[in-house]
Amino acid sequence: MAGPRAFAAAASLSMLFAISPATAQAPPTESIQIGLSTDAISITAGFSGADLTIFGSLENPDPLIARQGRYDVVVVLEGPPRPVVVRRKDRVLGVWINLDSETFENVPVSYSVATTRPLQDIAEPAKYKQLSLGAQNLYLKPADETDSPATIQEFTAALRERKAATGLYSENVGGVQFLSQNLFRATVRLAPNVPVGTHKARAFLFKSGMFVKESSAQLEIRKSGFEQSVFRVAHDYSFLYGVFAISLAMLTGWLGRIIFRKD
Amino acid sequence: MGIYLPIAEISVNVFVLLAMGAAVGFLSGMFGVGGGFLITPLLIFYNIPPAIAVATGANQVIASSFSGALSHFKRGTLDFKLGGVLLAGGIVGSTAGIFVFALLRRLGQLDLFISLLYVVLLGTVGGLMLVESVNALRASRSGAAPVLKKSGQHNWIHRLPFKMRFRASKLFVSVIPVLGLGAGIGFLSSIMGVGGGFIMVPALIYLLKVPTNVVIGTSLFQIIFTSAYTTLVHATTNQTVDVILAFLLMAGGVAGAQYGAKAGQRLRGEQLRALLAMLVLAVAIRLAVDLFVTPPNLYSLSAAGLN
Repeated sequence: MAGPRAFAAAASLSMLFAISPATAQAPPTESIQIGLSTDAISITAGFSGADLTIFGSLENPDPLIARQGRYDVVVVLEGPPRPVVVRRKDRVLGVWINLDSETFENVPVSYSVATTRPLQDIAEPAKYKQLSLGAQNLYLKPADETDSPATIQEFTAALRERKAATGLYSENVGGVQFLSQNLFRATVRLAPNVPVGTHKARAFLFKSGMFVKESSAQLEIRKSGFEQSVFRVAHDYSFLYGVFAISLAMLTGWLGRIIFRKD
Repeated sequence: MGIYLPIAEISVNVFVLLAMGAAVGFLSGMFGVGGGFLITPLLIFYNIPPAIAVATGANQVIASSFSGALSHFKRGTLDFKLGGVLLAGGIVGSTAGIFVFALLRRLGQLDLFISLLYVVLLGTVGGLMLVESVNALRASRSGAAPVLKKSGQHNWIHRLPFKMRFRASKLFVSVIPVLGLGAGIGFLSSIMGVGGGFIMVPALIYLLKVPTNVVIGTSLFQIIFTSAYTTLVHATTNQTVDVILAFLLMAGGVAGAQYGAKAGQRLRGEQLRALLAMLVLAVAIRLAVDLFVTPPNLYSLSAAGLN
């Protein structure tokens, strides 16, 4: 993951405004850069989802192609990868029971895509598979690869469907807009249940349906102040946390009696 | 107003939770039960993950039972000795329950098991109570004096060895059924997130023949400790206790409970039992429907590698 992927997010804004005014040398190789206004987002108590705006620029774009609108950009915000079990319910004696399951390794917890146009209009499906780009094309590795391809396919489809239904996998067609020939703005959705951890923002540049270049930046999503502390205490000092929870319950019960006493 | 729950990791509405707590608190104050058997299913219906609903439900039960036990302690309707023996059994049962809980969670069968337990237990207890209370209501309406249990009347439980005297309850029974009952309740407490009052109360009345006036106080007393223990073990082994969630439920709950207790004093014993039976049955039916109706989503996701 060397090269452009190690691009530091903090430096990106200055890069953004330091675009060299294309001293047109033939053949110009286009490239893409993105920048985040912050490298960390805190989820507060009232978080109910948000739109994250990512700015980016094309370097050395061909003015003719740009004018014809043949440059396309796909921006992805990918959550931290985690292993996931997908279970399927089946009817046993009339009762629905989890029977079959399939474990996948390294499934991004969230996956938000913003594009200039619908994905199928930008490039060939095979291209996306190759790039592992888009919620439908993302490669999900089963933990047990000896399972039958039909089973794996079924559970992969179910995994994508569930992720989309909970808003964790989303697609925002038209979410990338060119502000000028060089500058674009991408809006990706953060679901209310967006996971904490290191997220990766990636931008893919396509020219007339051909993949040209990719650039990425990192974004840390964390729980802010109080929530973060509660979470950490619950995990690091679980015994004390349990004692606290019990004391709080007793105190509440006792206070409730004093305040609302009816006898 | 939304609030982010740090352990459940979702945003919820504060007022929904306060109202939920208050409604359940009202009912629990009225019937003298902890309300855990209502809170846990309600939380699950509200999309809180079952594992967190159970552990947090146990935490919430402490507040309502502590509050209730205090009133009974003041009125002297609490048998500490009986409560203590029940508690000894409860700790053992609760420990076993925690292990089963963790195992089922790994196997992906926790949700099913919780629902099944709820349906079977609530269905049985609710059905029995309803039949009994309707008969009592009929008897009192037809003018016949209610048949009081004669103190000399005994069943097989009273023939067991290791007898112990419980002065406050005017009882002389074997400790075996008392310990067993405590263990059973403790097991349910850790798996279902309930205090177990809805089983404890009828069991003490019908099986052990404990006088009705000390039953509720004693049951609440032992529930405080069983659910405190359950909360502590869930907090340390599964990290599934959400204090913010629990606090919102408790705050609504203790307020509702005081009004519920007042409302309960205006109703007669049989009427109260009939109402509670119907409530218990309603929850059981609602959960049973979910087991048999084709779920909207056959597939579910969960984090792998939970232990």
